[in-house]
Amino acid sequence: MTTDAQRKSPFKASIIARLGWIILACYVFYALNALDFTWVRFIEGLGNGAKFLGEMIPPNFERWNLLVENLIETIEIAVIASAFGIGFSLPIGMCAARNLMPDWVTWPARTIIAVCRSFHPVIFAILFVKAVGFGPLAGILTLIFLSIGFIGKLFAEAIEEISLKPVEAMKAAGAPFMSVLVFAVLPQVFNRFIGFATYQFDANLRNSTMVGIVGAGGIGGTLFAAFQRFDYDFLAAILISIIALIMLSELLSVKIKAIFND
Amino acid sequence: MTNNMTWERFTPRQRLARFAVYLGAVSLLVFSLSTVEIIPEFLYDAPYQLHDLFTRMWPIDFASYTQENIHQALIETLNIASLGTVLALFLAVPVALLSANNITRSPILNWFGKFILVSSRTVNSLVWAILFVAIFGPGALAGTFAIGFRSIGFCGKLLAEALEEVDHGPIEALRAAGAPTVSILLKGYWPQVAPAFWGLALFRWDINVRESSVIGLVGAGGIGVALDTALNLFRWQQVALILLCIFTIVIVAEVVVTKIRQSII
Repeated sequence: MTTDAQRKSPFKASIIARLGWIILACYVFYALNALDFTWVRFIEGLGNGAKFLGEMIPPNFERWNLLVENLIETIEIAVIASAFGIGFSLPIGMCAARNLMPDWVTWPARTIIAVCRSFHPVIFAILFVKAVGFGPLAGILTLIFLSIGFIGKLFAEAIEEISLKPVEAMKAAGAPFMSVLVFAVLPQVFNRFIGFATYQFDANLRNSTMVGIVGAGGIGGTLFAAFQRFDYDFLAAILISIIALIMLSELLSVKIKAIFND
Repeated sequence: MTNNMTWERFTPRQRLARFAVYLGAVSLLVFSLSTVEIIPEFLYDAPYQLHDLFTRMWPIDFASYTQENIHQALIETLNIASLGTVLALFLAVPVALLSANNITRSPILNWFGKFILVSSRTVNSLVWAILFVAIFGPGALAGTFAIGFRSIGFCGKLLAEALEEVDHGPIEALRAAGAPTVSILLKGYWPQVAPAFWGLALFRWDINVRESSVIGLVGAGGIGVALDTALNLFRWQQVALILLCIFTIVIVAEVVVTKIRQSII
């Protein structure tokens, strides 16, 4: 008979893993202190939260005119930004693909993409609000930047993964560069591109509900104004309509992807 | 023509559906362009305004880094991001268990879990921040909760997918040996999803560093508060410094995450 000491546990505890958990616990303790969190504040917050929720319910749809107007502006920002963003990101993404272009083309294109990805959209929105004034134009420019950063990168990666055989065959047959692009490169990435485009439209729609908080048009401005005026029942109405809008667009994008994938 | 066989890539129905999508997209764009309220003069003016903005930002006011406590704000931002990620993972685990259909067998509960995940992702982190500022008052507590609640959707969705893809061998073995549910979760599922879990924790932390740098604009703590103050006071050189700081921590976070991922995988 084996004794307990001889029997090995099938699940050995790793010392490093234990140490990691302890460090994590210590960090959480430190951070809670550093950020000055106390249990009292949390409990107080729960009370406030209940009051807040109480004021939010029932949602107030009285000013639905304003709501619909803002939602339309939000959608318009997303649509225009997606169209131009995708339009710009196609050539930039293509230039950034290392298997199609020489180094002196890919580097500038990659730099543009990196710059577009470097900051949070809200920071771009602030800069554009200062540059072109309050209103939807600032939001559109922000989201165009965002789309270039995201789609440009993904599109470049998609092109780098294509099979080069059709490209070489066409080049050998003496096809001009544009024909190579249209008939050898694009068919291979088209479906993925539709995926990116619908995803980006979704992302732009989500973000266009938010850029208004810093004054760049759309429903975010109304949302922030309602929050500052303690108009919580209207705030609830705005939130509900934003969530409904985004769910709707998600459904739509699933449908569109299905159309292109079969 | 004798041979009337034609090669068609798509059925007429498919072609019609695609055409409808293109038409819908174009008409939506045309409608948007014609009704959106854009003042073209502002667009022509933009390069000049941007140039003006950048000249006002130069030279960068490095002195305010210590004077205006920007260092403190940066540390607070990192703490909000990290603590928010911990909170998100803590909350995402039960939701993921609920929405993984091989663990929770009831479709209603699955649907409920998915609903929580989707609503968490639908609301932007700035909007979450607004809500939590209304609840907890301005400050880092609201920011942490905003970051945490925003991240539940992302972490929970990926974790649920990882849980659904596990190998069933070890789990059936444990179940056959009569292990209780908690043991099955800890010894059967956890070792298999742990790499995915840490990977997504790192990935989300990286995103959260970006997000937590701006939630201060609505009063939820971190460097965004300093940015908001500097913007309101038109201290452009200080704004430049804060933007530089945000840029730096975002890049540092990305590099750190990449290094850790390389050493884990």
